[in-house]
Amino acid sequence: MNFKNFKFDLNNKNKDLIPQVLTILFLVLVVIYFTINAQNNMGNRGISFGFGFLSQESSFDITFSLIDYDGSDSYARAFLVGLLNTILVSSIGIFFATLLGVTIGIGRLSQNYLIAKAAEWYVEIFRNIPLILQIFFWYFAALRALPLTIDSINFYDISFLNVKGWYVPRFIWTNFSVFFYSIILAIISIIFFSRYAKKQRDEFGKQLPTLYISLGLIIGLPLLTFIIGGVGLSFEIPVLEQLSKTIYVYKGGVSIIPELISLALALSMYTATFIAENVRAGILGVGKGQKEAAASIGLTKGQILKLVVMPQALRIIIPPTTNQYLNLTKNSSLAAAIAYPDIVLVFAGTALMQTGRAIEIISITMLTYLSLSLSISIFMNWYNKKIAIKEK
Amino acid sequence: MKNILIKPSKEKLNSFVSFGSFFISIAFIDVLANTFLNLNFTSFLPGKLSYFAPLIIGTIGLYFIRIEFSGNKMLDRINTNFNSNNLNAVLSLIVIFALIKYIPPVLNWFFFDANFVGNSKEECTGSGACWIFVKVWFNRFVYGMYPDAEQWRINSAFFILFALVGASFFVSGKYKTYLIIFLLFVYPIIGLKLISGGDFGLKYVETGAWGGLSLTFIVSAFALILCFPIGMFLALGRRSNLPAIKYSSIGFIELWRGVPLITVLFMSAVMFPMFLPDGTYVDKLIRVLIAITLFEAAYMAEVIRGGLQALPKGQYEAAKSLGMGYWRMHFLIILPQALKLVIPGIANTFLALVKDTPLIFVVGLLELAGMVNLAKTNPKWLGMAMEGYVFAGLVFWIICYAMSRYSQNLEKKLSTER
Repeated sequence: MNFKNFKFDLNNKNKDLIPQVLTILFLVLVVIYFTINAQNNMGNRGISFGFGFLSQESSFDITFSLIDYDGSDSYARAFLVGLLNTILVSSIGIFFATLLGVTIGIGRLSQNYLIAKAAEWYVEIFRNIPLILQIFFWYFAALRALPLTIDSINFYDISFLNVKGWYVPRFIWTNFSVFFYSIILAIISIIFFSRYAKKQRDEFGKQLPTLYISLGLIIGLPLLTFIIGGVGLSFEIPVLEQLSKTIYVYKGGVSIIPELISLALALSMYTATFIAENVRAGILGVGKGQKEAAASIGLTKGQILKLVVMPQALRIIIPPTTNQYLNLTKNSSLAAAIAYPDIVLVFAGTALMQTGRAIEIISITMLTYLSLSLSISIFMNWYNKKIAIKEK
Repeated sequence: MKNILIKPSKEKLNSFVSFGSFFISIAFIDVLANTFLNLNFTSFLPGKLSYFAPLIIGTIGLYFIRIEFSGNKMLDRINTNFNSNNLNAVLSLIVIFALIKYIPPVLNWFFFDANFVGNSKEECTGSGACWIFVKVWFNRFVYGMYPDAEQWRINSAFFILFALVGASFFVSGKYKTYLIIFLLFVYPIIGLKLISGGDFGLKYVETGAWGGLSLTFIVSAFALILCFPIGMFLALGRRSNLPAIKYSSIGFIELWRGVPLITVLFMSAVMFPMFLPDGTYVDKLIRVLIAITLFEAAYMAEVIRGGLQALPKGQYEAAKSLGMGYWRMHFLIILPQALKLVIPGIANTFLALVKDTPLIFVVGLLELAGMVNLAKTNPKWLGMAMEGYVFAGLVFWIICYAMSRYSQNLEKKLSTER
């Protein structure tokens, strides 16, 4: 036994242990301190910690809801309405931000001087104005300048835009499930087909027109269900109705409230600038030699883009773009500023005011955002891993 | 198809170019007349076709002048930059026509038809913007509800700040270090005391009265100074070998990064007071500052971690081989290099912080955007939303654009140095 050596080891262990114990002790003390205070405070106000209030009647109305909801439903249902609204505006925002961002990112690299400059100025302008101001601008200034209901802007007599919102036809389906399953079937067959096509390419060097066949499948199969599956689709077009001498209102159809329009508009225009920069960096990040090498082995321009440039560019583009999707989802909470009934407004706003349960409600709201963020980042990590070039 | 279209060739350069220019000028004259004289030459065409006529005519014109290596420098430059193929030709024309069509009305609203003289809404007679609104409310937009007589205090606090920052660019060596230490650790307290008052014969102004653009600067400056050290320790903690420290840092960082700032502010407003002993009152502004600081510290930690990861392992090994301990190694060798690497990232975080400050309206503090919101609901000034938001947007844009340009320059400078 070497006693000296043993002591040295112990010292080293202590050196590692002490700061860790101190950290944990500090955290535990903070939590205990906060808990005791919170208990005292809630005791003084005569409320006790618990989530029982979620099943109580909410007795407030929500202006925009994807599911059936009225004041007699529970707080839990109000929470669900808010959550769905958040998810709705985030998905719309992500879709348009990607579309716009990719277009502008490619535009910035255009050899056309005007397009490149226009794209650059778009990015510079919309990136450097706070998002909340853009939301205010669209909601309070731009959309308020729209005409009144009676002089709505008319899109081919099926859709109407006015200061109260945007009225679009409602889809009325018969046998929707058949249609839905046909889309799933189409997606599955596309996956199988592209696997088969890849095999053909890898083994025999044959190029199959994957894109056209995939497009044909995803359009053709659902169309087929209209003919043989008994699927029907009709539209309920919004109609102008006169309620009194000066009050007009659109009945029927789906009304998209101005809050949703301005929020989605501002979110996607703002986030698009960041996505555009990512796309640009990604395409610039693919070495010139790669394109030249691909051209020298006789690939066509389209093939170079699809098989050489994009797979490498996507590797650079996707991680920061994931972050932007996360940011967009979190930024959708600014909805509270213009009274779009998202989770923050419905739950951390109205519900909190009514129940006074600050700790429970704020924790639920924060946890919801945390899990939304985590689920997007897990999905994107999975996708990122999938497209990452596997080095042999 | 190819046989039908005449292929412009170099041989008949002059006739093709004059032919093409003729078409292009017709397109331009049509658009210009439509915008400025409100004439429509192509009204005999059916609806949509009339609308797109200049585009079609212009594209045909551009097709005729698309001659490679014509020998004419001007023509070649136009062709490579605006007219390399049919798609680019159409896109160029769309951009130019859109500019011609939409720039004049915007300028008119902004400038030519706008009202600048006067003191009330009734004096806004033009069809353009009513800048009188901004003029009348200007003090409120900059100082919030801060009493008019005391505004010199904010002015002087910022003047001293700018003078000190300016001076730090010119003095050198030891004095620069002292000046920066003074700026970071002593000046914030002096400045805060000057603005809040209460001592030295200065009238006390409660934080609820602070607001406007000056509050934007105060909040972002304090949050930046405070979040920096916290972020640094979190970054070191996340890279630590000690599991308890590592995982508590990761948990802290990911918690704040996973939630939106607005919920954090809500938390500081309604949940935080519940966690304090009964009867303690923490000022609203301080609560907001704590919330923003913790939030930004998590982002700052990730930026600094990027710098720590980018440093080659040799730097750590060299420091250790000199017998340096953990803290000495980090403060003397690692952090100075890592921080230099991530200066652009820090600048971007600060930019995001400035853009996030308007959110403090959720707890009732009104900086510039909040003040505009308040002013436009004033019964005497209804319908001024556009002017207010355009003004606020312009102010924020100038600040943020200048900062982003500065950080881009810094990035370039740092990348060439290495």
